Formats: sequence, C-alpha cells, structure tokens
Amino acid sequence: MSPAARQATDAPVVTVRDVNKKFGTFDALSDINVELGKGEKLVICGPSGSGKSTLIRCIAGLEKRVSGEISIAGRRLDSDCANASVLAGVIGMVFQQFNLFPHLTVLENLTLAPRKVLKTSKTEADALARKMLERVHLSAHGGKYPGQLSGGQQQRVAIARALCMKPQVLLFDEPTSALDPEMVHEVLDVMASLASEGMTMIVVTHEMSFARSFADRVLFLESGKIVEAASAATFFSAPSHERSKAFLRKSFPGMVHQ
Amino acid sequence: MNFDIFASTFMPLLAAFGTTIALTIFGFTFGQILGLPVGIALSSNSTIAKTLARIYTFVWRGTPLLVQLLIIYYGLPRLTFLKGTVIWPFLIAPLVCATIGIALNSAAYTGALVGGGIQRVAAGQREAAQTLGFSKWQTLRYIILPQAYRSIFPAIGNEFILVMKASTLASAIAVMDVTGAARSIVAQTYAPFQVFAVAGLLYFVFGSIAGQVFRFLEARRLGPIGPGAASAS
Repeated sequence: MSPAARQATDAPVVTVRDVNKKFGTFDALSDINVELGKGEKLVICGPSGSGKSTLIRCIAGLEKRVSGEISIAGRRLDSDCANASVLAGVIGMVFQQFNLFPHLTVLENLTLAPRKVLKTSKTEADALARKMLERVHLSAHGGKYPGQLSGGQQQRVAIARALCMKPQVLLFDEPTSALDPEMVHEVLDVMASLASEGMTMIVVTHEMSFARSFADRVLFLESGKIVEAASAATFFSAPSHERSKAFLRKSFPGMVHQ
Repeated sequence: MNFDIFASTFMPLLAAFGTTIALTIFGFTFGQILGLPVGIALSSNSTIAKTLARIYTFVWRGTPLLVQLLIIYYGLPRLTFLKGTVIWPFLIAPLVCATIGIALNSAAYTGALVGGGIQRVAAGQREAAQTLGFSKWQTLRYIILPQAYRSIFPAIGNEFILVMKASTLASAIAVMDVTGAARSIVAQTYAPFQVFAVAGLLYFVFGSIAGQVFRFLEARRLGPIGPGAASAS
C-alpha cells in the first residue's frame, strides 16, 4: 500500500491483514491487506470474479477464511466467524438483493434488531426508525411491506435498517446492481449524503463514476489479489498498473490515461 | 330402504361428533407443537439432532397409523415394566391413546413440512439477520419461522383435514368417535348405507368449515407479503 493511500489519523476502524480465502482449492483471496481510518470511504472494484464481494463478505463475518486477521473497531473476528456476533452494532451491511424481511413492515424491519439485539425500548426504536426513514426519504412508507416498494425504495430501507444499529462502518455489496437504471441514482444519492456526514464506508460497486466522486481510496482486485491500492485521486487520474488502466478505459470510454 | 334411519341416526352420531372434533383438534394441536422441534432439528446443523429427527419422521411416516395406534393401545400395556409409571393410567384410556398416536403421527408429517419450509427461506435472510446481530435463536424465532410457516400454511391446513380423516382409525381401539358410533349403530340396525352416509356427511361438514377457517386465516396472515417479492410499485 502506498503511503499516500494511508491517511488514517487515529487507530484504524477496519484492519484486514494477510487475509487468505479459498473456495475448495480455488484461491478466492490471497494476502489481502487493508486499513481504513474513521470516516474514510473505500471503493473495491475489479472485474467479475475478482473477489470483491468475497472480501466484503469476509469483513462482514459472512465468509470463513483460511488465515489472516480481520478486526473492526478493535473487535477481532475469528477466521471461522464463530464469534460474528461481536460485530453487532459495529458493522452494517447492505446487500445486492436488499434482503429485507418480507413478512415485516418497513418500520418493523427497522426496529426489530434495535429492540431484540440492543434491547432498546419500542418507543425509542420507533423514533430512531422514523428518523432514519426520513434520512432515506421514505417517511411515508413505514407501514408498507417490502414487496409493495420499488427496488430503489427497498434498498434505501435496507440502508436505513443498517443505520438503526448505529454502526461504525457501513458495508455495501454491489448495492445498485439489482436495480433498474432509473433507481440507481436515488440509492447513490443516499450513500453520498451518508459519506458527507462522515460515515466510514466500504463499497463494492461497478458504478465507476460514482466511485470517482465518492471514494477516498480505491482497491482494485483481480483474481483475488490486490492489483492496485491507491487514493481515489491517484487511481482515477494516474493509475500505476496496466490492468487498472485497461479497466478504467472500459469504465470511462473516451478517457485516455497515460 | 328405510329412510327413517337417516333421521334416527343423526342425533347419536352428532353426540359422538364431539369426540371426533376433540380428537382432531387435540391430535392436530399436539402434532403441531411436537412437529416444530422436529422441523427445526431436521434443518439444523447438528448431526445428532438431524439424525434423530430423520429416524423419527422415517419410522412414523413409513408405518401405518392404524398399526401405531394398535401398538400404543394394545401393545404398550403388555410391557409390564410400564406398570406403576406416570404414563400407565393414560395407556388404558382409549381416547388418550388415540390422541397421542395421532399427534405423534401428525408431528412426523408436520416436522417434514416445517423443515422444508425453513430450508426454503432465502439464505440472504439469515445473512441479513447475522449482520444485524441477531443470535441463531432470534433469527429462527423472528425471521426464519414466520416466513417458513407462511410458506407452508396451506399444507398445514391440509394436515388438519388429514388428521380429521386419520381420527376415524381411533374407532379400531374402542374410541366412540363418529366412525366408532356409526359402526355400533350399524351392528344394531343393519343399515350401513344410511348410517355411514350420515357419518360421512358430518365429516364433510367439519372438513369444509375447517377448510374455510384456514382459507380465511391464510388470506389475513399471508396477505401482501409474497416472499422475495421484488418490485410492486
């Protein structure tokens, strides 16, 4: 990692050190190292099958790994994820397929975890949920079921649900890939406003123009390895690696990199 | 054919109808209660729990209910070591034996239903629950089971009707339900067609009402919530 890419002022919120992950004999991730300071926004990009989703799922405690350290806000995640519950209230995860609870109303989706996991009172959880719904511009939809909402609305509910646990890091695994094009921007707008409020975020995305305006740092993966880790400014204006250049040429046709 | 028998049979059979209703409702309810842990065990990661549940459902679904009832009512009291235990008084009451037998049988079928329902809940639901910090049991209680039961609800309604039909076998162990009462009336009147026709009518009415109740519950509980429903704006 280049020195410029490491801007964390205080102790890192997210530490990923020498992480290796296999699916059978296939090396899904090899020797991954990332550190993320408070308030930093990291975009993970790369071609399909490069391991970006696997990496963010490892950080979320959803994938076991062979070796390496992952700790978030000082909480160390076992490599078999047996202690994944230590991440409760520390991480928030937003999935490509939303994964809202279809049998609960929007408001219930937002209040269930605060009430059952954090033991917050119903009044308090409701108040927080309404505040978060307002933040994602869905105040009027609290009583609806997820199936009655559009994809973009569902994904914004999913973001609000994650926020209700007051996480220190928000993880996004291709949050707009399952959306119709006209709904992508409403989700990206919400993400950008969270970023401007200082939320620490890791985002796996194919939306490269969004990544350019949003990210502090970029991790470019291929075949489970970090090809390039750089500040966003460097990555988008002067990528150092041939593979990154080729990837960016495809993402931004018409732009020429040296 | 003596048509008066239709009328004269009706009241005694209606009196026995209470037994059929009780047998069905208690057999079904205990079957549901026992079937839930069986279903959870079937879909669990624990090899021991899964194996035990598989053996149970395999044996109970693989043998006839009639034989199971005969073993419980006629067979178990021959096991002298059970004499003096807490279960002994129950083994000589035919209605209790029939309820236990039907419940154990229904639990095996219900367990398989519930286990299948749990497995059909999308993996993403568990993942979302985990990242929100829910424990395994909380996930099961608040996320997985409510969805599993919604998806198998029509089959559970069907199971109720099957339990009602299965309850007729209780007459083989001296239970005076509608079928048992009908057989004893036939022995006196020699009018099997009329008597069994009335019995069949009672079952039909009971089953139809139960079916309506389940359809009503389904419409209310399964309303606008299609699992995995994507965009419906």
